[in-house]
Amino acid sequence: MVGLPHFLVVSAILFSIGLLIMITRRHGIMMLMGLELILNAANLNLIAFSRYVETGIRGQTFAIFVIILAAAEAAIALAIILSIYTHSAKINLDELTSMKE
Amino acid sequence: MFDFIFFVFSFVCIGSALFVAFTPNVVHAALGLASTFATLAGFYVLLGADFLAITQIAIYVGGILVLMLFGIMYTHTIARVSGEQVMMQVGPALLVVILTLFTLVATILSTAWPVKEVAPPAPTADRIGVLLMTDYLLPFEVAAILLLVALVGAVVIAQTPVRKSIEESVD
Repeated sequence: MVGLPHFLVVSAILFSIGLLIMITRRHGIMMLMGLELILNAANLNLIAFSRYVETGIRGQTFAIFVIILAAAEAAIALAIILSIYTHSAKINLDELTSMKE
Repeated sequence: MFDFIFFVFSFVCIGSALFVAFTPNVVHAALGLASTFATLAGFYVLLGADFLAITQIAIYVGGILVLMLFGIMYTHTIARVSGEQVMMQVGPALLVVILTLFTLVATILSTAWPVKEVAPPAPTADRIGVLLMTDYLLPFEVAAILLLVALVGAVVIAQTPVRKSIEESVD
């Protein structure tokens, strides 16, 4: 019978894969993808707890705020990456050694 | 049936997340991420969160992912889409990640969660709307302002070189 621990384990695996992406990839947009995976893992946790432990709707409301923050963060981060790329033509974050020209 | 659907979703979700982690092509990674997000929406349906499942599809697959694909298209010429995106320090990273995962799973399995009897799934959109307009009104308004600031900020940050070139042409 699938219960709370199953969802938590899937969420933990997703979190670990997101962490792996953020550690190993040096491509700016790939690191953003790892970040989104981590945020989604947190959301899955919130909703699973709201279903099995709190049995209400507050966990889901909290998850909506996480999604809002993720959307804002993705927009800003992509704008910064595009701006860096137009200034220095670099997308590999390890090659970025200065903040201005 | 619930269990079977859960395991199918888990398999697809984790498989496509691993694909994102290991594929050298950024566009393929973005498509794998779309699959992960879609199966997560399936998890939300299994958990009785119908409104969040639709939100997940609309915002993540329809919004954030399209934004990322735009970013990829802007920062790569077609010929350069794969090259250079190598993974670094895979060995130490895998060690850290597997230790983290082991700790998390061991904690999850050894904790006695105070699980209650689950109610049958009911529509959630109206209840979420009521909560947003009563208990969570202040966070809701703050989130609205945050989104506005992010919108304007993203436009300002991304448009700088265009403005510079216009000023130069005016001079």
